[in-house]
Amino acid sequence: MGATALAGATWTACQAPESEGTAPAPGPSALGAPVRRYGERSPFEKVARGVRDSKTPEAASSRTPLDETYGIITPSALHFERHHAGVPDIDPSTHKLLIHGLVERSLLFSMDELKRLPSISRVHFVECSGNSGGEWSAKGAPTVQLSHGLASCSEWTGVPLRILLEEAGVKPEGKWILAEGDDACRMQRSVTLEKALEDGIVAYGQNGEALRPEQGYPLRLILPGWEGNTNVKWLRRVKVTQGPQYVKDETSKYTELMEDGQAWIFTFEMDAKSVITSPSGGHAISKPGFHEITGLAWSGRGKIMSVEVSTDGGASWTEADVQDPVYSRAFTRFRMPWKWDGGESVLLSRCTDESGYVQPSREELIAERGRYSAYHCNRIKGWRVAADGSVSNAEA
Amino acid sequence: MQKPSATLAVALLVLGAHTLTAQTFGLGSEASAEEVEAWDITIGPEGRELPEGSGSAKEGAQVYEVRCKECHGDLGAGGDQAALVGKPEQLKQTPPIKTVGSFWPYATTLFDYTRRAMPFEEPGTLTSDQVYAVTAYVLFLNGIVGEEETMDRETLPKVVMPNRDGFVRDPRADR
Repeated sequence: MGATALAGATWTACQAPESEGTAPAPGPSALGAPVRRYGERSPFEKVARGVRDSKTPEAASSRTPLDETYGIITPSALHFERHHAGVPDIDPSTHKLLIHGLVERSLLFSMDELKRLPSISRVHFVECSGNSGGEWSAKGAPTVQLSHGLASCSEWTGVPLRILLEEAGVKPEGKWILAEGDDACRMQRSVTLEKALEDGIVAYGQNGEALRPEQGYPLRLILPGWEGNTNVKWLRRVKVTQGPQYVKDETSKYTELMEDGQAWIFTFEMDAKSVITSPSGGHAISKPGFHEITGLAWSGRGKIMSVEVSTDGGASWTEADVQDPVYSRAFTRFRMPWKWDGGESVLLSRCTDESGYVQPSREELIAERGRYSAYHCNRIKGWRVAADGSVSNAEA
Repeated sequence: MQKPSATLAVALLVLGAHTLTAQTFGLGSEASAEEVEAWDITIGPEGRELPEGSGSAKEGAQVYEVRCKECHGDLGAGGDQAALVGKPEQLKQTPPIKTVGSFWPYATTLFDYTRRAMPFEEPGTLTSDQVYAVTAYVLFLNGIVGEEETMDRETLPKVVMPNRDGFVRDPRADR
């Protein structure tokens, strides 16, 4: 994906090591730990989701530390959370999914039956449409976990929703579906039947094992590239309908208010977005010399085609390396080698997806959607590297 | 379960082409009308699914006092949780204020959400009469219905919310 030219002059990757240690002499070693049934990370690792104090922690969110994850897969334990009435404790042996509404026959599926059906595994991001909401303001968030941490990416495994709908037999007048969860508030959303048939997945697997409870155990909807709230967790019911049901979370929430007082509704697709995760706000660069700039890009409209990086606040741009394989509607890792000269630098990234859409600046986004649309903020984000190596939000 | 994979392959080909009228995999059990009715709690904008029962703002004030006020404040003015009262003009304020009165397009949504999700710590514990009554009360606080007006499956869907026409479909789809 495009050869990367090093910003600036020639650069020798190999430098002499700073200290030449000697190998330790062989001697007695303590015996390690025995085998175990379920692995845990090293006690030295402390990376965690970010949680803010809330009077209602059951209706709150936690954020993925994007700058402390590698590659494109978010560990299940670090996948962001957004719940509206807490995480239910569901016994999979009694959980059922009802398909009904404008269908030939209403069908109830047990988890065992769902797992017997043809399955599919796909890598997709899930992003809360409120992710980066604070970036509408002139002063954005200080870290990438706070600014972009309501997005994560997993390999999801489950049954294509199309199979379940076709087993029930959708009547010609069916054009939408309503998906409902089994949490305390029975969170629900309306989405188009077209999307459900195209690539909707009724998922029971995440990153090779069962979904985590906070990700919808034992069953959730995955609608690739569509705003997180439509990917209904703890899925218990899919109703085929003629039109949308105008439920609370698709009217009072998850709609975008324009400056003329009108609000966009059913804004399902997440626009292309990228962010540099390293170096990023809160980091400290130890010394001038080689550093890899890396980050993530994703789009609800398909694959990421290219990512450009600027180290001078947007005066010039260089195409970054995009890590293969690039999946549709999935996190895409980009990297660019960088030689920091020790001076102040403003780092930006901007991506283009396969629809040709280019990630906008904050000014471009506001020109289109005003200042108060709250959701779907995908502006270019900047990090300032100060001469002392500290990295902060470029607009702080 | 049907056996060989050839059957499955043919079935998948057909699946890809058009909607089937017969089941392919023979999995899933048919749900009875009673089962579906018990599960299907969503109230659409036409209100066809609304249950029996009724209530007025006058009765709703009592429900609100005990079950809602702690979080939503006196007269729906807001507290730890969202304000419920406002006017559409507030959508053009800086910053705008989105409330039931200023923003919500359908009164049926208020009934549906209150019934399924409120009170926050005890969702699903209000009777249908209580939900109708407290819905009427919040509509009354917003100046949308009268204090004595009864809300039920006939009257609630006829309520026209001030911001009913305030929503437009996502224009990004056309670009």
